[in-house]
Amino acid sequence: MPVFYGEHIESRLMLGTAQYPSPAILAEAFRQSGAGIATVSVRREAGQDTAGQDFWALVRELDVVLLPNTAHCHSVREAVTTAQMARELFDTNWIKLEVIGHADTLQPDPFGLVEAAAQLVEDGFDVFPYCTEDLVLCERLVEVGCRVLMPWGAPIGTGLGLNNPYGLRSLRAHFPEIPLVVDAGLGLPSQAAHAMELGYDAVLLNTAVAKAGDPVAMAKGFARAVEAGALAAEADPMDPRDMAAPSTPVFGKAFL
Amino acid sequence: MTAQFTILGGGVCGLATAAELSSRGARINVIDPKGAPGRHACSWWAGGMLAPDCEGVSAEPAVVKQGRRAARWWEKHGANVTRKGTMIVALGRDQADLATFARRAPAARKLDKDEATSLEPRVAEKMSSALFIEEEAHLDPRTALLELHTKLARDGVNFDGPLEGQIVDCRGLSARDALPDLRGVKGEMLVVRCPDFSLSRPLRLLHPRFPLYIVPRADNVFMLGATQIENGERDRATLRSVMELMNAAYALHPAFGEAELLEVGVDARPAFPDNQPRIRHMDDRIFANGLFRHGFLLAPALARMTADLLLDGKEPEVWYEDHR
Repeated sequence: MPVFYGEHIESRLMLGTAQYPSPAILAEAFRQSGAGIATVSVRREAGQDTAGQDFWALVRELDVVLLPNTAHCHSVREAVTTAQMARELFDTNWIKLEVIGHADTLQPDPFGLVEAAAQLVEDGFDVFPYCTEDLVLCERLVEVGCRVLMPWGAPIGTGLGLNNPYGLRSLRAHFPEIPLVVDAGLGLPSQAAHAMELGYDAVLLNTAVAKAGDPVAMAKGFARAVEAGALAAEADPMDPRDMAAPSTPVFGKAFL
Repeated sequence: MTAQFTILGGGVCGLATAAELSSRGARINVIDPKGAPGRHACSWWAGGMLAPDCEGVSAEPAVVKQGRRAARWWEKHGANVTRKGTMIVALGRDQADLATFARRAPAARKLDKDEATSLEPRVAEKMSSALFIEEEAHLDPRTALLELHTKLARDGVNFDGPLEGQIVDCRGLSARDALPDLRGVKGEMLVVRCPDFSLSRPLRLLHPRFPLYIVPRADNVFMLGATQIENGERDRATLRSVMELMNAAYALHPAFGEAELLEVGVDARPAFPDNQPRIRHMDDRIFANGLFRHGFLLAPALARMTADLLLDGKEPEVWYEDHR
């Protein structure tokens, strides 16, 4: 099971808390999937005088580890300020750092991300950066002190799965000691299983569950897929074999 | 003569409950410190869509079932209900959302271009495909509230009476002091006048992040709504929210670019954790609350069940909790 910044987590499934039909369905999705971490958006919900307290109280009742995020932040300053507010609100040094670079695709701003991560690490935060699968970007994030990396599978909310399995595999190979989480873009449990088969430590998703016709069933589906993928990765899977071009004789035919 | 029931709160929940009880012959007081319906009431900012099938895409089946009787109830109580259905569209890139919606709203049928053009010509100019739900309806919530208030006063409901008889608490979010599991869900909306646009029925624009509905009012006035943010703010619209609503409307049809901005509205909807309403019996008080984004859709059902409980001792078929 994953260890993030020294903390052991009991599940490889991490879920967001936005867009569910109701907080009751959100809670049931967590209960039935056994997800270990809930990310919580702060920027827009805080309002003035932390008007979002009622919803956050419901999220606290989930009895999982909370990972506040800086969703909706488009600049370094905004993200850093939101992280500081989140630390006060949730009494945690953990922050899922999002610095949005493109308002439409919600693609991360890699340059702002490194800058914000450096400031937050300096300020004592444990940063979970939402990044692309770019190797150099990930190296920079590790250099400034990130000890978890959260590359996207595909843009937020698209459900396209793993757009660049090669890039994700390459990250795993380059950072054997850093916990890696596929964050964003997953639409189906099979895609989550694929991420785990690549040796990732966990997956984080929101829309695929929250916007499913039956969010609770979909959350359970993801939980099982994540477990299946993780088992496969531990089991040292066979390498695929190409039988299209025969190299050995076929039964009933003479040896050549 | 003393009142049998005193209703606290003169928003859609309180007035609907008063109408239901009064129409069955009960003597009613309604107490609302703010007086007649107005900006202080969450329901003042409602869309007024009576659209159970659309809501059913994300709401519980009970919401759909109980909401089906809403249009008839409002008509019976004197409201001017327009029964022209709901049109649903999505921008080119979001056609997948239209397919999902069609699958989850069995009452929706696909319109071809000619049908769409004959129903809503201005919308069809920009949209290549659309869905239509014929059975749905809408009303102007402000007119409906004010007229109901006037009608109730005429029918003998006392709006100045003392607190007497059984208390029925319909105060919405103001009852949070007694209902700790009630929370506010912020909504922001706009009212615009757009002479270059016309619409005969509510229009829903599906979008993964900025869903929008447009409800036509009289004189080319349109209500654009609404954000849904998990906080309890009641008086602070943000630039981001307003911009998103405007952007979505402009993307739907460029005519909105020249619309006159009449109002920016904001309030918080009272909601329980499952976003469904409750009739809750606590001590000697009965609470009817938690209508969330379904005030005009579900107030009739909640009022009917509350009246059944109070007058006939009949336990509500859904949403009832006895905490005594």
